[in-house]
Parts: sequence; C-alpha cells; structure tokens
Amino acid sequence: MELLILLCIPLLGAVLLALVGERDWAPEANSLMSFATFAAGAALTVRVIGSGPMLAFHEQFFVDPFNVFLVALTAFVGFTTSLFSRPYMRVEQHHGRLNRSQLRLYHSMYQLFTFTMLLALLTNNMGILWVAMEGATLTTVLLVSLYRTPNGLEAAWKYFILCGVGIAQALFGTILLYFAAEKVLGAEGTTALLWTHLNQVKGELEPVVLSLAFVFLLVGYGTKVGLVPLHNWLPDAHAEGPTPVSAVLSGLLLNVALYAVVRCKVLVEGSLHNGMAGRLMMAFGLTSVVVAAFFLWRQKDIKRLFAYSSIEHMGIVTFAFGMGGPVANFAALLHMTVHSLTKSAIFFAVGHAAQKAGTQMIEQIHGLLKLSPTVGWGLMLGSLAILGLPPFGVFASEFLILTTAMRDHPWAAPILLLALGVAFAAIFSRVQSMVFGEPSLSRLPHAPALLPVFAHLLLVLALGLFIPPYLAGWYRLAAKLIG
Amino acid sequence: MNHVVNAGAWLAQLVAVTTAIAAAPLLMGWVNQCRAWLQNRSGAGLLQPYRMLRKLLYKDAAIASAASPLFRVTPYILFGAMVCAAAVIPSLGTTLPFTAAADTIALVGLFALARVFIALAAMDIGTAFGSLGARREMLVGFLAEPALLMVFFTVSLIAHSTALPTMAQALAHRGAAIYPSLAFAAVAFLMVLLAENARIPIDNPATHLELTMIHEAMVLEYSARHLALIEWSAALKLFNYCCIGLALFLPWGLGAGDWRSLVPALGFLTAKLAVAGAALALIETFSAKMRIFRAPEFLATAFLLAVLGLLVHLLLGS
Amino acid sequence: MANLPLSSQIINLCAAVLLLVSFAMLSQRRVLSLVQLFALQGAVLCLSTITVAWTAGRSELYVSAAVTLALKVLLLPYILHRLIRALNARWETELLLNVPATMLVGLLLVIFSFGLAQPISQLAATVTRSTLGIAIAVVMLSFLMMITRRKAVTQVIGFLAMENGLFFAATSATYGMPMVVELGVALDVLVAMLILGVFFFQIREQFDSLDLRNLEALKEE
Repeated sequence: MELLILLCIPLLGAVLLALVGERDWAPEANSLMSFATFAAGAALTVRVIGSGPMLAFHEQFFVDPFNVFLVALTAFVGFTTSLFSRPYMRVEQHHGRLNRSQLRLYHSMYQLFTFTMLLALLTNNMGILWVAMEGATLTTVLLVSLYRTPNGLEAAWKYFILCGVGIAQALFGTILLYFAAEKVLGAEGTTALLWTHLNQVKGELEPVVLSLAFVFLLVGYGTKVGLVPLHNWLPDAHAEGPTPVSAVLSGLLLNVALYAVVRCKVLVEGSLHNGMAGRLMMAFGLTSVVVAAFFLWRQKDIKRLFAYSSIEHMGIVTFAFGMGGPVANFAALLHMTVHSLTKSAIFFAVGHAAQKAGTQMIEQIHGLLKLSPTVGWGLMLGSLAILGLPPFGVFASEFLILTTAMRDHPWAAPILLLALGVAFAAIFSRVQSMVFGEPSLSRLPHAPALLPVFAHLLLVLALGLFIPPYLAGWYRLAAKLIG
Repeated sequence: MNHVVNAGAWLAQLVAVTTAIAAAPLLMGWVNQCRAWLQNRSGAGLLQPYRMLRKLLYKDAAIASAASPLFRVTPYILFGAMVCAAAVIPSLGTTLPFTAAADTIALVGLFALARVFIALAAMDIGTAFGSLGARREMLVGFLAEPALLMVFFTVSLIAHSTALPTMAQALAHRGAAIYPSLAFAAVAFLMVLLAENARIPIDNPATHLELTMIHEAMVLEYSARHLALIEWSAALKLFNYCCIGLALFLPWGLGAGDWRSLVPALGFLTAKLAVAGAALALIETFSAKMRIFRAPEFLATAFLLAVLGLLVHLLLGS
Repeated sequence: MANLPLSSQIINLCAAVLLLVSFAMLSQRRVLSLVQLFALQGAVLCLSTITVAWTAGRSELYVSAAVTLALKVLLLPYILHRLIRALNARWETELLLNVPATMLVGLLLVIFSFGLAQPISQLAATVTRSTLGIAIAVVMLSFLMMITRRKAVTQVIGFLAMENGLFFAATSATYGMPMVVELGVALDVLVAMLILGVFFFQIREQFDSLDLRNLEALKEE
C-alpha cells in the first residue's frame, strides 16, 4: 500500500503541476509533493526494515534492502533539491531566463522524473525497468533543454541521441534476457521478466545468451551511468541544464542506472560463474575513473568540472560492484549514498555561486567566502568531502574500496590511487581560487536556500564518523544480496 | 559430360544458335518500338535493326590510318564471343550439347573477353572519344562483373550447381516456395543487364552526347561491316542477357533439348522475350538517365543486392 | 529447404524486405521518401507480426501488430510528414560518407550481425529464429544511418527504425515481450517522437536550420 502511495504522489504531482505549475506558489507545491514522496518513501523503508522484502501487485513490484535504500535516498535528495530549487528558479525567472510556461514544464517534469526513477527502482519487471529508464531520459531531456539556448538545445539533443541509442542496446539486452528466461520459466505466464523469478532460476539460464545480453545491458545502461567512453552527453547535460536538474542527474539518475546494471549483473553472474560480468564492470569503472580524473584538468566551467567528478565517482562505484564480495559491495553502496548527498550539495552551492556571478566560468568567480560565507563554506566543505578527505563519509567508502582492491586486485589499487590524486589536485586548486580572493559578485533578489547544502554535508560527515548499526546491517544485507 | 550426343540434339543446338543470331536484332527492334509507343512516337518499326545492318554491310569500310590489326580483328572477336555465349546459354533446352561446355563463371569470362577487346580497340586509334568511352566502359564493368558473379553465386547456392542448364532445371522444379534471396538476385541481375547493355539509366544508345555516352563513344571510329558486326553483337548481348535472366528466374517452359520439345520451347521463348522486351522498354521510359558519376552508385547497389541475396540465403536457408 | 511451411516463408520474405528497406533508407537522400520507407518498414513489420501470431497461436501478438500499425505505419509517419512540411526540411544536404562506401560498411555490419545472431538462433525454438540475424542487422543499419546523417529529422528516423529492428528481434526470438512491456515501449517511442517534434522547432528557431553541424559548440577543447 505504501508502495502505491509512493508511486502515486509524484505522478499526481506531475499532473497537478502541469496544470498550475506557473503559479507563484508552484515551487512550494513542488516541495510539498516532494516532501510527501519522501514521507511515503520513509514509511515504505520502515515497513521493509520491519518485515523484510516484499512483493506487491502480482509480483510486479518488489522491495528488498538493496532498492529500498535507493528509494529512500532518491526521495530524500528529491525533496531537498526541490527546497533548493525554490529560490533558485525564482532567481532564474527574475533574470528573465525562464518564462512561466517553462516554469510549469519544469515543475511538472521534475515530479514526473521522480516518478520514473521510483518506478525503475521498485519494479520487479526488467522490461518495465527499461521503460522507466527511457521515461527518465525523456523527462530529463526536457529539463536539460529548459532554457532553450543554443547550447542547451545541443546538450539536450546529444543527450537524447546518445542515451536513446544506448538505451536501445539495453532493450536488446532485455530481449535476450527474456529469450533466455522464457526457456526456463515458460512463455505463457508473464513471469519470465520478473527479477525475483529470474533470480531463482539464474543457474539454469543459458550462459551464451546471458553473456551477450549482459554486454548489451552494460553498454546500454552504462551510457546512462556515464561510463567512459559512453560519457559524452553527461558534462554537456549537467552544464547546460538548470542546476537543480544537474543535482538530481548526478545525485539520483546515475545511481538508478547503475542500480539497473547491478541487478543485471546479479543474474548474469549467477548463470556464468566465471566473473566475466564483474571484470567487464571493473574495466569500465577503472577507465572512467582515470579518464575523468585527467579530463578534470581541462575544465573551465564549474558545472562541467563537477560533472566529470560524477563520472569519476560512478566509475569508482562500478569498479567496486565489479569486484563483488560483501566488503566491496558494502563500500559501493555506501559510496553511492555519500556521493549522492555530497554531489547534490555541491551543485546547490555551485548553483548559487554561479547565479551570483552570472557565469559558470571558474576564472570569473572569486571571493565567494567574503560575499556569502555560507555559500563559500558550503562549496569548500562539499569539495573537500567529495575529494575523500576524512572525516567525511566519502573517505570511509573510498578507503574500503581501496583496501579491498589492494587485497583482491593489487594491480588496480595504484591506478585508482593515482587517479584520485589527480582529481584531488584538479578540483582543489579550482575551488580554492573560487572561494578565496576578492569578490566579484552581486547580490541576489531571493535569499539562497542553504539548508539543504549543510543538511547533506552533515549527513555525509555523520556517515563518515559513525554508521548507525541498523544502517550498516541494512547495507550488509543488500551487499549479500548482490553477492 | 558423356551423355549420348545424337544428331537431333546437334540439330536443336544449331537451331538455337541460329535463332539467337537471327532474332537478336528483332529483340532490339522490339524494345525500341515499345519505347517509341510508350513515348507516343510512331517508331521506326520492328525491322529497323535489320535494315540498318544491311545498309552497313553494303558500305565500304573506312579505317583510320593509325589503326592496328587489333582494330580490325575486334569486331569478329566480339561477334564470336557473343555467338559462343548464345550457344552456351540454355535458351531453348537444357540438354543441348554445347550448354554443358561452360558454366556461368566461364560465361562471365566470355563477356569480359568481349569487353576487354572492345575497350582496347577503342583506345587503339588514340582519339579522345575512344579512350573516354573505354574508361567509362571499364568503370561500369569493374562493378557490374562482380555483381553478376554474385547473382550467379546466389542462384547456384539454391540450385547447388554453377552450370546454367542444371540451375535452370533445378529452379524450374523447385515448387512454389518463396525465395527472398532469388528476388534480390533477380533485381540485381536486372540492374546489371541495364548497365551492361548500355540501357537508359546508365547509357543511352540513341544519342551521341559526349558528356554521357559510353558504348557509342567506343565505336565512333568503326564503319560499315565492322560497325555492323559490333551492332549485331550488341544486340546479341542483349539477347543473351535476356535469355540468362529467363533461364534463371523464369525457367518454366524450357524444353529438354530434343527435337520434339523444340517447337513449344521456341514458342515460350518468343512469348517470354516479348514480355521481357516490353518490360525493359517500360523501365527505360520510366527512369531518367543518370549522371555518369552516379553509375558507380547504381552498380554498387546492384552488387549490394546480390550480396544481400547471398547472405539472406545463407541465413534463412531460402 | 522448399519444405518450409508457408508462414515461415512469409516471415522470411518479410525479414528480407525489412533488410532491403533498411538499405534503401541508408541510401535515400530525400527526407520525405525516407518517411515513406519508414512507414513501409512498419507495414512489413506488422505483416510479419500477424503471421507470427497466426502461426504460433499467440493472440496478444495481434495487439502488438495493431499497435505497430497504428503507431508506426499511420501516426508517426503522419507526424513526421507534418513536421517536415512545416519545417521545409525535405532534402538531406549531404551525407558524411558517399553512398557506395556507406553500403559497403552496411554490408560488413550485416555480416557481423549474422555472425552475432548465429549462436542465439541455434538455441531458439521459435519458427522465426533464423530472422534474428536480420533483426540485429536492421538495428545496426539504423545505427549507421544515424551516424552518417547530419539532419536532425534523419537522425530521428534512424532512431525510430532502430526501434523497429528491436521490435522485430523481440518477435522473432521470443514471440514478443510481455504485453505491458510492449505497450510501455510503444508509449515511450510516441512520447519521444512528440518531444523531438517540439525540439525541431526549437532548434530551427535557434539556428535557422535543422543541420546538426550547428550543434557542435560543446566539446572538450
């Protein structure tokens, strides 16, 4: 029941805001809907923690420790981002970059986007997972092109074409998966695409077909994760869309796409038993980390900088999931959580900073700290957190991943360390120049919402210092599930 | 082949070759006449090619002073090659003695031989038009030949043989199955036929435009009996191509090759050729002449179709 | 080989025609003809789906066929037609690769796809298994078309054709995906098309043309 409510709220919100999204109180309505979603997500989480995994609606929906934690995270970041977007979008409107109908589109699509992500997370049907992912692509395409500037259109077009092609590969992978499953589960029922059923019979699935299917699925969903060399769309989409959209893209959508990959990996590994899926993911992950780290040096746009940082971190998580085993999976889940929180916090701060500066160019932003200490500190602390400095949570997860890599795949550890070092230097030097120095910025007509920034950073800090036992237990359960 | 060769079969063979030689200009005349009708012209009549041949044969030959013996010999080689091809192609029956002498690959070789000689002869005099035409002819040829071979390969995969009579027989008795690969091959063959016989999308034998002409540019220096032979072999080439197409893609009505089946086979052949000629005229009327630089595209498409036919056959088994 | 049942022969024929249409699309320069070819592809797809449904006795496939007919033969080509007329984008200015070279690459892709499909086809139990290679080939060729074209409209047609290929793969390998999924996919395609339609207007408004060479501002310097 919670499940149904959880899915209905954003859908309802999308319809409602499609009608009244241009009103003055629409941002508040957006936040309210997001809060309701968050509340429903929390209720669902409590229920699953209490009574274990559940299936609903003819097994079409499925909640287990793995996806429920992502549901909670998605609902939470969705809510905080809506808080951030309230003043942000007002300022944009004030600057004349948005008119009312665009604002309506934005609010409606924001809710719809939340809905597609939740649907992708909760569905048990691999086909519906695909449909929801494609839906998420379509809604974000509209969000990225919201400003209708030439660059925005280009970014959205690139995003659509690349992800469209990518996701078509994933559809083919899904077809192959169905093809393998149909032999074992029978075609007559509609159970052959249900993940829970597939998971039960994964040992009997045809390995040849599944290995081929996994390649297509990894390439397809991997495009959406932003794995190198399929990452081309990601920096553009982050840089050209509104900042709240960058925050949810980085913080949530990448996670959901990676979730789809991991779900597939569980099935394929269960059929193949040769570690092929894991090795592929490790290769993609490591390439992403290294390439993204070096690309960080060439960035002049602050949002592109952090977009590449997202590619890097998604690479780390993919690598960790690829290694497999309870510790690496645990670390990967933790890293997913802290990265989402930190990266969205950074984008909030960056959004305000860029609005004050009227530009996203790093060179033209100085002295954030003097003008607005909260934005400056938010950006500084967020960057330190994302760079993996203790005592933030990112440090804990990266440390776990590194030690596991050293134990299981010693060759990979130095590469990973080197890339992290390069990334550290690149981001730190740029953020430093932005935060310190003489201010070059102006005041904004609406006070920025910095509560979400510090709430996120506090959470990340807390996770770095102490992981509550129930959360740890929860992660462990999910890690075991992934295998 | 060691089957008993009797006098009847030889007679039938003789009839087949004679028919080809005699009827080739008629087919040419028929196609041109159909074209005239389709274009609302009255046309020159069915027998016009014969009248032209007679006129040319009566004339005295004028030969360029720079011509080598190759120039004089080429018309005869050309005509000979086409007659040989006519003998090999099972136009009337599948067990005619000569048809067993060569398979489709040899047939492609025969056509290539003719092409090489006419191109050499065209360049022999050293005029600009001659070498221009020869170059264009080779451009068409180097794409058309592989396409033709691919068509033959596709069909031979279905018939399990590269010998034309066997292929025709196998295809005639294959039942009412649908063969997508055969359809691909047929279309590709049609395109090759148009290109190889200087028909409209590639070349227009009725004009002498230096920008586009291929065949006419090559034979510009020929006159009288030489030109007559060349024109006659061009007609024979068209006849041969039509017969190959009919044998492969519409093989019904082919006689066994003995004396008795000859008459109905002749009737079938006439009917089929009449339809084919009319269809050819229709195609020519409906399509526009391509720029010469588009010709490779046209032939690449033919080649592509033939290869697709082959691949589809391998994949689908049909 | 002549003993195949009639239905299989029809499906094989459809597959062959689909492949042919893909190549025709690859070489077609006129955008309106491209739309017609796309509609033809949809029609052939519909026919083959009906044949599969009839042969295998799978009634839900009739629904798929009906959706295909409504969406891919009628609605999408209609929308595309309207768009092209409204935007006056009838001609593809130039291809990135000349036609014979594109064809050659296409041929190699077909061979690659057939090789890829071989191990899977052997495992399939459907009457249509041999057509899987063609389905993959159609996907690959559409992909090639998207790469070699510069007009936004052509890229979108390539995208839609790719979806056609995937649909054909689904019917030929597994008699189609479950109904919910099919409907979801169809919905996504429709919505994508609508969004892109809006996009065209925005792109043209911004750049005065639908040529994608305008969209090359964002890159790593």
